[in-house]
Amino acid sequence: MDLNELVRTSGEWLRGSGPESDIVISSRIRLARNLAEFPFISRASQSDRSQIEAVLRDRILQIQESGELEYVNVNELKVIDRQFLVERQLISREHAESEGARGVAIDRHEQVSLMINEEDHLRIQVMHSGLDLPNAWEQIDRIDTLIAQQVTFAYHPRLGFLTACPTNVGTGVRVSVMLHLPALVITRQIDKVFRSLQKISLAVRGLYGEGSQAMGDFYQISNQITLGKSETDLVKQVGDIVPVLIDYERRARDFLVRESHENLHDKVSRAYGILRTAQTISSEETMHLLSSVRMGVNLGLISDLQIPTLNELFIHTQPAHLQKLRGVELDTADRNIERARYLRHHLNKEDGNNSGSGKN
Amino acid sequence: MKCQQCNKTATFHITELTGGKPQELHLCEEHARQYLTQSEEEPAVTPSLAGVLAHQLAVGQTAEELAKLDQRSCPVCGITFYEFRNQGRLGCPYDYVCFKSELEPLIVNIHGETEHVGKKPPRYAEGTEHRTQLIRLRREMKEAIDEENYERASQLRDEIRTTEEAAPDQK
Repeated sequence: MDLNELVRTSGEWLRGSGPESDIVISSRIRLARNLAEFPFISRASQSDRSQIEAVLRDRILQIQESGELEYVNVNELKVIDRQFLVERQLISREHAESEGARGVAIDRHEQVSLMINEEDHLRIQVMHSGLDLPNAWEQIDRIDTLIAQQVTFAYHPRLGFLTACPTNVGTGVRVSVMLHLPALVITRQIDKVFRSLQKISLAVRGLYGEGSQAMGDFYQISNQITLGKSETDLVKQVGDIVPVLIDYERRARDFLVRESHENLHDKVSRAYGILRTAQTISSEETMHLLSSVRMGVNLGLISDLQIPTLNELFIHTQPAHLQKLRGVELDTADRNIERARYLRHHLNKEDGNNSGSGKN
Repeated sequence: MKCQQCNKTATFHITELTGGKPQELHLCEEHARQYLTQSEEEPAVTPSLAGVLAHQLAVGQTAEELAKLDQRSCPVCGITFYEFRNQGRLGCPYDYVCFKSELEPLIVNIHGETEHVGKKPPRYAEGTEHRTQLIRLRREMKEAIDEENYERASQLRDEIRTTEEAAPDQK
């Protein structure tokens, strides 16, 4: 797969379409699976890892699903390309940073990714734009069944699918929904919401998964429990809470529009102003400001920008994307200058290229 | 309506449902903010694996028993319980069998259940024993090679071949 072909698009998760896509960015499901005849990764020798990769790669590429799968040998990738795949949510940070034989099979629509030799031998992931969990489950269930006909997964009649970490045992399923919740952050209700989610065994994480900061007011809600409930029950458990959160966020937005319209409009306009004029800007600040602008667009406070354009800026201003778009590797200081230049170019109509969405 | 805490106009009208009967609160933006953030001091209760393990092991076990338990190792992959406790990752599928009594309470603590309901793979029943043995044999062969015991390594290689043929679907 030529990663450079992917650079100019924004991938599935930031396509900005699908149900409730002003608040729900993406719906994602992953399954953890291990081959029965190999040790888990922590006890696997180099030779075990190579064999696991060879077996899974061979069997996975035989199944055809959602367009053709292409295999990327992550072990041979440059650091910047691994980072690029992390930014696109096609591999995990852990997978990018580990060592030894490993890879990922990705479909052309970037909906399906199959990571080999991550924490488990196989991590299947399906991601859809917007709120679309039942369809995502249907797709991943089909892929999992096709692979399970080719290999024997580690499975225990009572405990279910066996995983390297006991937190994933049973179904091995993690159902997560990424939400953009800026108004709950501004009205400081977000922590309260999260504590109540934790009470019903739902986990909250930032943009790039475990331990990551909630950059740009993006939050992932997912199931904590994997054993004792069926996959469809777990999909439903997460799916049922999302409309409640959407409702909270909309109410918080209504409240801000009603009760502090000037403050809100000011915050959004200033954010837009900085993004259009800054000469050097960090990734964090960019995310933070783009988040305000995104909400401003959704509330009609900014009318000359489209959500897909904004979504694209979220991903294109990430470090690896920025460098690949520019075609050179840059240090932090130069990246901040390049990021500011890129934003000015795409957000200022005077600059000629006014669509800002780089469609090609 | 005025804020219950000061003279500003109350713009937040909160109905608190936790703790007994519903309580109505009318606050200005500043005091509402204070109110909403003050109750957030109790730490988040995400059970971390390490935390759960530490708690579980501290209950009813002497240091001696703990040290003994830590040294127990899986006959298939060789991981010790101490290594699992340290890294939070198991070494092979058989660990769920050989550390059953230690893992069971941990699993209950995490999931609240001990029985899988849900998807079953199309095949798993046949040949589990062979697959488990393959993990052990491959490890022993690697150890034999590391010790330059090539006679033993070649014996093991033959054994691996025979076992692979008995569990034919994966090479």
